Amino acid sequence: MSKSFTRFTGSMAPLPIQNVDTDQIIPASYLKVTDRSGLASGLFSRWRYRDGDPEGEPIADFVLNRPEHGDARILLAGDNFGCGSSREHAPWALVGYGFRAVISTSFADIFRSNALKNGLLVVPVTEDVSASLFDAVAADPATEVTIDLKARTLGLPGGGETNFEVDPFARRCLLDGTDQLGYLLNQAPSIQAFEAAHPARLDTRSA
Amino acid sequence: MSRPRTLFEKIWRRHLVAAEAEGLPATLYVDLHLVHEVTSPQAFTELAERGLPVRRPDLTLATMDHSTPTDPSIDDARLRVLDPEGSAQLDRLQANCERHGIPLYAMGDERRGIVHVIGPELGATQPGMTVVCGDSHTSTHGAVGALAFGIGTSEVGHVLATQCLLQHRPKTYEVRVDGRLQEGVVAKDIILAVIARLGIGGGTGHVFEYTGEAIRALDMEGRMTVCNMSIEGGARAGLIAPDDVTFAYLEGRPMAPAGDAWEAAVDDWRSLPTDDGAAYDRTTTLDGSALEPMVTYGTNPGMAIPIAGAVPEDDAIEPEKRASFRKALDYMALEPGQQLQGKPIDVVFVGSCTNSRYSDLVAAANVLRGRKVADGLRVLIVPGSDAVKRQAERDGLAQVFVDAGAEWREAGCSMCLAMNGDQLAPGQYAVSTSNRNFEGRQGAGGRTFLASPLTAAASAITGRVTDVREVLS
Ligand code: SF4
Repeated sequence: MSKSFTRFTGSMAPLPIQNVDTDQIIPASYLKVTDRSGLASGLFSRWRYRDGDPEGEPIADFVLNRPEHGDARILLAGDNFGCGSSREHAPWALVGYGFRAVISTSFADIFRSNALKNGLLVVPVTEDVSASLFDAVAADPATEVTIDLKARTLGLPGGGETNFEVDPFARRCLLDGTDQLGYLLNQAPSIQAFEAAHPARLDTRSA
Repeated sequence: MSRPRTLFEKIWRRHLVAAEAEGLPATLYVDLHLVHEVTSPQAFTELAERGLPVRRPDLTLATMDHSTPTDPSIDDARLRVLDPEGSAQLDRLQANCERHGIPLYAMGDERRGIVHVIGPELGATQPGMTVVCGDSHTSTHGAVGALAFGIGTSEVGHVLATQCLLQHRPKTYEVRVDGRLQEGVVAKDIILAVIARLGIGGGTGHVFEYTGEAIRALDMEGRMTVCNMSIEGGARAGLIAPDDVTFAYLEGRPMAPAGDAWEAAVDDWRSLPTDDGAAYDRTTTLDGSALEPMVTYGTNPGMAIPIAGAVPEDDAIEPEKRASFRKALDYMALEPGQQLQGKPIDVVFVGSCTNSRYSDLVAAANVLRGRKVADGLRVLIVPGSDAVKRQAERDGLAQVFVDAGAEWREAGCSMCLAMNGDQLAPGQYAVSTSNRNFEGRQGAGGRTFLASPLTAAASAITGRVTDVREVLS
């Protein structure tokens, strides 16, 4: 279900906090859904609304409530973004809200994998680039960057550009819309051969 | 003779349907797929939309744990009123499992429990296997020498449909804990000390293998506690080489091999441990004999200190991390330099896939036996599985808890993630044996001190953060 993603220019919402965990991105109370919808209002809800309640009063100084960042579709976050729980609800909530990419110095493994499967690009940058982006956004909230997935470059404010790493397979899937499950299903003959050579170790129906 | 390999490498190689190639991930076969109600419904929907069957229901096992009530007075009918959404999610799991022939341990089933407690308990997780679940604490099963890691819901769909995953090979990280633990220091303290040392992103991109005398000396349940929190160190998986302790634990369990198959399996499992001379990508060593009971003070599991210590001062924190440090202390309403010992608390939670097994309850009961919980303190004891609960009731542990004034609950995740109504009130402090002290994890506004079952039980008696060694001496 990948949305194709080639080049995107936009402003950033700065969240200069390290180790943002997936419980903050989307609290457990939102995990009772049986589909992927309705999560956007829960995004960062504990930081975004008084008492974490989307019906309640917005916390004015939280980045998503600041009018100057209302249009931001790129989240600029602190180190080790997305740590903690494996909940894919985290990228669903970010995408549901409208984010298309997250820039950070590092990402937790499971979050990175989940994000890329949902068309949410994770862009790892050096500490220097990260610091300069936070500075630039502080100076001018409308500061834009350009993410070019095909070229694997991040176009910086002021004209420079930096390369970023992205899993080549995930990149391919995002660029040409390759469906990962379809790719796996196409391997059925190899899977069958593996199963024939490796008899099952247990039968869960036996206990 | 092939070149020396690590335990991880051996398991990885055995499960390659297709190796990694230029720009392409490996296709890894999954021996056991564990499923629960929260992270599976969208995956089943994906299969339904594509008209796909579940490839191997016989290698899939489902349980209900995350949103199930632990209050014994809440039956199915009441749950439908109290928590219609949670009920609907449980119903959905039931329907999905029925449709695909997946064994499910639903409410009332004697085999039900927290997914990471029942896997080893049933002997379903075995050395050398690949085990996955839509849950980050799947790392727990690494304690038996299985490569076990958490996956997202899209990947749950991949495994349901193909029994395989697309994976890049992680790096290896040896976490060596030498020496003998002191009295009052247990598995939970080891892993909290490891995470405090490495940081919560320290293991990103790696699989931990825990080695050393202090690890070898742990019983299986202690090893599960250590592996459980590998993800809190950023590593998707944590492994401990199988040995006689492992085999003794597994023998005779319902899904473990039996008879001749058992002998053959043990022979095979003995070939799994890391070969002499095999290289890890990284190694770190801790002196287990110098460890003390640990407790967290902040809002991630790496923010841990020895219980007799103090919250760090600002200048001990790297400048670029100070804002996050201050944010955490604000949330916890603590000051730099403050002692935690003696801090009044409101709740004690003994439970979760980290510390809710029988030996954890024994440890807590040994401290609480013949004592009373402090006035006004709420103490929840939540066994990890129905089997643990029954055993604790048979052996009198449950009575120890009840006599002390604690609440004895039904098995489930409970206050570990506070999805089922068991939660802290805003501002409350808890000493908790679970694994995450994130903001609001145990209830919006709730504040968590993570610690061992011994520390939790000692704190239950005094109503304050307490060093168990003082209670025992
Ligand atoms: S006990 Fe807590 S950490 Fe473990 S599976 Fe349940 S919610 Fe997750």
